[in-house]
Amino acid sequence: MSQAELDKLIRSNYEAGFTTQVDTETLPPGLSEDVIRFLSAKKGEPEWMLEWRLDSYRKWQEMPSPSWAHLKHPPIDFNEVSYYSKPKSLDDAPKSLDEVDPELLATYEKLGIPLHEQEMLAGVAVDVVFDSSSVFTTFKEKLAEAGVIFCSISEAIKEHPELVKKYLGSVVPQGDNFYAALNSAVFSDGSFVYIPKGVRCPMELSTYFRINEANTGQFERTLIIADEGSYVSYLEGCTAPQRDENQLHAAVVELVALPGAEIKYSTVQNWYPGDENGKGGIYNFVTKRGVAHDNSKISWTQVETGSAITWKYPSVILRGDNSIGEFYSVALTRHMQQADTGTKMIHLGKNTKSTIISKGISASRSQNAYRGLVRISPRADNARNFTQCDSLLLGDQCGAHTFPYIESKNPTATIEHEATTSKVSDDQMFLCRQRGIDPEKAVSMIVNGFCKEVFKELPMEFAVEAGKLLEVSLEGAVG
Amino acid sequence: MLEIRDLHASVADKPILKGLNLTVNPGEVHAIMGPNGSGKSTLANVLSGRDNYEITGGEALFEGNSLAEMEPEERAQAGLFLAFQYPVEIPGVSNMEFLKAALESVRGAQGKEEWDSVTLLRQARAACKQVNLDASFLKRGVNEGFSGGEKKRNEIMQMMLMEPKLALLDETDSGLDIDALQVVAKGVNSLRSPERGIVLVTHYQRLLDYIVPDFVHVLYNGQIIKSGGKELALELEQKGYGWLTGEEESA
Repeated sequence: MSQAELDKLIRSNYEAGFTTQVDTETLPPGLSEDVIRFLSAKKGEPEWMLEWRLDSYRKWQEMPSPSWAHLKHPPIDFNEVSYYSKPKSLDDAPKSLDEVDPELLATYEKLGIPLHEQEMLAGVAVDVVFDSSSVFTTFKEKLAEAGVIFCSISEAIKEHPELVKKYLGSVVPQGDNFYAALNSAVFSDGSFVYIPKGVRCPMELSTYFRINEANTGQFERTLIIADEGSYVSYLEGCTAPQRDENQLHAAVVELVALPGAEIKYSTVQNWYPGDENGKGGIYNFVTKRGVAHDNSKISWTQVETGSAITWKYPSVILRGDNSIGEFYSVALTRHMQQADTGTKMIHLGKNTKSTIISKGISASRSQNAYRGLVRISPRADNARNFTQCDSLLLGDQCGAHTFPYIESKNPTATIEHEATTSKVSDDQMFLCRQRGIDPEKAVSMIVNGFCKEVFKELPMEFAVEAGKLLEVSLEGAVG
Repeated sequence: MLEIRDLHASVADKPILKGLNLTVNPGEVHAIMGPNGSGKSTLANVLSGRDNYEITGGEALFEGNSLAEMEPEERAQAGLFLAFQYPVEIPGVSNMEFLKAALESVRGAQGKEEWDSVTLLRQARAACKQVNLDASFLKRGVNEGFSGGEKKRNEIMQMMLMEPKLALLDETDSGLDIDALQVVAKGVNSLRSPERGIVLVTHYQRLLDYIVPDFVHVLYNGQIIKSGGKELALELEQKGYGWLTGEEESA
């Protein structure tokens, strides 16, 4: 297939690119201690929370922005970003869906996320975040029966301060890195989950993030605590309108898996990627990390198809003995997208085990990098890691890069690393076409096949969605 | 159904076919034989529309339509099937998924009744059985990790399901042991019908012991230099190609 044909094939519309007209209260751009005080007051936060934010802000001011990633972008002026935007209709928190602004409901309807419980995917509870605020959380009561707490982080700060105080920043400290520090200072909303001891969460939990307002950054903060012997599966989805300006998204996600617990965290990220000339799109700088205590398991699965820039390394600190960390990733880049993504598996406990499966797909003029660290500490006897990084290239103007870092300080460790790079071959395309399959369908089938190992880790409903998302992303007429 | 007149074709600007004529009617089995490099595989690839195989003169009509004007998938939808010499692997795409997409497209284009999943599975299992492939192959990636013989049998299995009007088999016998050859031949023979044309491209006569052709053609230097009945193949087996081409070559 020629480059021109391929280009046509991967040029497609971003279906979530529309804008919602709602009255918002939006802070003028700029960041200062006053802005943080305003934001904290607006949210009615207790004093300790404000202090925590200010402390983070001071740390952030002393930090340089990171430059080590395989990414190119103009310097970000953090004073051009607005740090707070909230639909006015959410001023009085809606008690039921009837009180939610119909415009907002329509937005989610259009994105394929109906909020009426009877219309929802059975067994999935959703928290939806629109710009800086949580709109609504479904199935709250049903979850409460099981003792599960699922609410916005703002609500958790007020209702469950003891849990928030204990765990917020316990996995990703305020000064962990530049973007985490910024998030700690200005985080607006996000989800909070607590699963009590021995409880298997009765449904999938999910948060849907939507950036709407122009020039607004989204800084969500998610904290998930799975108490001893509990289990939870959590999914996050993201979209944003199509705009010519770049928008900033700097999230922090912290997972705590107490002894014997299991957390499965899946992401389908479809932020606006920018157009084919690289105009617009979300800058996605995200810190995601989990701590796995004895006999616990944390599994990250991500399908990354959006954002102009992706800077993201969901990691697991295998603190406890016999703990397990997993990372399954599909990253698709096209147009001028740049992705630098991967994971860190830090083996501290004995008999810890980690698995990394990364699938990178690069098309048009995009750059796709896997960056992963496997560290085995001196006391992590019999630690095992298996890493597999596969790259698939569509066309000859894109790039795939693999940066594996391995640090082993324990001679009993077993570390395996496999990497491959391949192209969608003319022979594969011809076989499909000779069987009557049109080229568009053929490419998406081949790409989906390439990602199969990762898709099978997603909850079923979302595996289907992820497959479709790849199809949409690669869609376009072929001449 | 297939009408090839004075066909000239090039691969990467190198002329390979130089004025080839061939007519295949429904119900006929034709064998195209010839020494290496004579243009046999080129003919199969040109007819099925592989990239870089360009028709530079003459014409090839399939049921009256010029193949040159049709995309590869359109030719397949019209009922032209190529069993590949070297079937390629498509990792992660299951045979079943692949067959479903192929059959949806081809059956749809031909106005045939759509098969639901149950029918498809039943048909696919039956086809597997015919070519001695375990049904578990349906769940595996297309040709992924298959042996050479399994790949060839997989091609025939697909062909049986696709029910083409015209089947082109490109050196399907190459690399097969005698048992596998018999299995493949059995599959092809089961497809012989008064409505269907079959073109076997092969270097060796031995395939023709099992699939007895109606016509045998010798392709040399881009042209058919001799045509005859099935006895021509036996003659070639004995004498090689040298007596026809004027060159020394042992078959």
